[in-house]
Amino acid sequence: MVPLNYYLILSAVIFAIGVIGVLIRRNLIVVLMSIELMLNAVNLTFIAFSRYLGSVEGQVVVFFVMAVAAAEAVIGLAIVISVFRHRQSLDPQEMQLLKW
Amino acid sequence: MVSPEPSIAAYDLLRWIPLIPLLVSGFNLFFGRALGKQTAGALAVAAVGASFALASYVFWQLPARGIWRDMVYTWIESGSFQVNFSFQVDALTAVMLLIVTGIGFLIHLYSLGYMAHDDGMVRFFVYLNLFIFFMLLLVMGDNLLILFVGWEGVGLCSYLLIGFWHHDHNNTIAGNKAFIVNRIGDLGFILGIFVLVTELGRQGIWTLDFGELQTHVKMLDPATITLITVLLFIGATGKSAQLPLFVWLPDAMAGPTPVSALIHAATMVTAGVYMTARLHFLFALAPATLALIAVIGAATAFFAATVALTQNDIKKVLAYSTVSQLGYMFLAVGVGAFGAAILHVFTHAFFKGCLFLGSGSVIHALGGEQDMRKMGGLKAHMPVTYWTYVIATLAIAGVPFTAGFFSKDLILWQTFSHGEMVLWTIGLITAGMTTFYMFRQLFMVFHGECRADDHAKAHLHESPAVMTLPLMILAAGSIFSGWLGAPEYLWGNRWDHWLEPVLGAVEAHHESVSTEIIVTLITLAVVVSGFLLAYVKYGKAGTSTEPQTGGGVFYQISFNKFYVDEAYDLLLVRPFTVLSGFFARVIDPWVIDGTVNGVAATARGFSNVWRFLQTGNVQHYAAMFLTGALALLAYFLGQL
Repeated sequence: MVPLNYYLILSAVIFAIGVIGVLIRRNLIVVLMSIELMLNAVNLTFIAFSRYLGSVEGQVVVFFVMAVAAAEAVIGLAIVISVFRHRQSLDPQEMQLLKW
Repeated sequence: MVSPEPSIAAYDLLRWIPLIPLLVSGFNLFFGRALGKQTAGALAVAAVGASFALASYVFWQLPARGIWRDMVYTWIESGSFQVNFSFQVDALTAVMLLIVTGIGFLIHLYSLGYMAHDDGMVRFFVYLNLFIFFMLLLVMGDNLLILFVGWEGVGLCSYLLIGFWHHDHNNTIAGNKAFIVNRIGDLGFILGIFVLVTELGRQGIWTLDFGELQTHVKMLDPATITLITVLLFIGATGKSAQLPLFVWLPDAMAGPTPVSALIHAATMVTAGVYMTARLHFLFALAPATLALIAVIGAATAFFAATVALTQNDIKKVLAYSTVSQLGYMFLAVGVGAFGAAILHVFTHAFFKGCLFLGSGSVIHALGGEQDMRKMGGLKAHMPVTYWTYVIATLAIAGVPFTAGFFSKDLILWQTFSHGEMVLWTIGLITAGMTTFYMFRQLFMVFHGECRADDHAKAHLHESPAVMTLPLMILAAGSIFSGWLGAPEYLWGNRWDHWLEPVLGAVEAHHESVSTEIIVTLITLAVVVSGFLLAYVKYGKAGTSTEPQTGGGVFYQISFNKFYVDEAYDLLLVRPFTVLSGFFARVIDPWVIDGTVNGVAATARGFSNVWRFLQTGNVQHYAAMFLTGALALLAYFLGQL
């Protein structure tokens, strides 16, 4: 059986990739995808602990997270389309009207 | 008929006495111009006439009803402290009511003629009616706060009317001077009220009501009472033009003459005397203050009389004479003879009102000339003015059986019988000087040859009936008003008897009647010598030749009013202006503005650094979010 640590390390790596993606990518769609990555990294952790502890609670939470993630993706993509129609660009660096 | 149980509705009558002039004042303010000045003026006169009629009715019913009260509404309520907006008329107030509305009515009537050629006549009557309103508040209020409202209100109207002809900058300055000097006195007055309220409050009595004050004031310790009364008296020195705050009154003559007669002779300036009489129970408990008041009063009477001896402006003489007579009133207050003081207020209102209106008649006839050196010989041209002036002059000089004789004599006698020999002597000399300067004025204005220029001479005329009628009534009052206060050896003093419910019984004198008669004869001798001196110097010679520059040292000192204005200017006004300039140029821009702007600049400096954190870039915010999350994580890991 694969030890718990492996799952946690993998999860941490995926989460880190997601964070870096959110922080540095210049395309809003990729940023959204990176957020999905982060969410799924968390999901992985939940599942791993669920299995490790022999409890289903972790899996229940994962279903909630997936539902929220689906909703978030819908709204996020809708916003992305609307932004693109306005600005013909999806670079978050160019969307900084609310600055000093 | 007098009903034994007066209905409440009858008491509501009281509020209309001040209300009518106020309403008409407001009405004229907005619609006076549309009505035309004669109609507006007539309306204003009618308003005061209505007040006078009501006041007479109240006065008539007073003996049967005791005290009239009219509670309008509760003005201030805070815990157990309550101030009502309510009026009260007792014997003392009734007298003041009649003076204010009666003399006020006559002077309003006179103003119809005097101001007929003035474009600002409507504005004049608006102010004058407003003044009557505030003066009535002052005398009718049943607590100190209402009195104070009236006190400040009459000060405001006085200021407005002194500067009535505001196109001449000097008039505005005179108005400002009156206002500012009065502020100094009023500061003392309001401090006195504060101390009185808080000290009584410390004893558990929170009140400003005169009746309650009278019952509870004995709870205060003597030192506190002395402090309170001195502070209140400072207020009185301002309003009633006593040393050292008298300087505004002579300058106040810049206003139209009816104003000088009404506000600066008959009514407002006597407010200080009224106030001390109203609070006599307080002053009576402070012998030190009374002594101070007596000294200040006598000193003012003497000082102002010496100045009046040499003035050439017809109204300035009367102004200093008013200051001097007010000094007499305070001398009476100081020796505890409140009744005598109020009697002098009463008689003085008649003869000084008459004198001022007479001088106004003269000024009117001469087209605005006020210099007595350019008058003379007006007797033939203005017989009514002349004869009323003579009567009023006799009254102020204290010729037997005129009003001034009784009131002034009463004051001198009270001073004498209280054993204040020095003050009595001063009062005596002042009486002589009064006679001298008044007859000097009479001779200079009405006798001898006319020294007016030809243009003015051609226009010489007796004033119209609306002006001479008040003169005649006031002249009659100048004779008869004093008869109420006759000494015991004649027909007895009705005056003190009338005021007894308010001021308490007058203590019986232990001196014999013969002493009193001798004292009166001494006064008369001084008065006669004053007259003879004036006759020799100004009357017999026919024309008067006043030294323009020369004269003795004393003449110059008197002529220049003891250089009091100059001294105040040097000692107070200039240092004050310099200090103000320092504050305006250094403290205000650098310290005050510096502090305020400095705080703002500091805030702006910090914002200038920190606002650049707000990049507007979502990813920067996310990075900071991450940093924060990591920091929290590190912290909690460290805790493990």
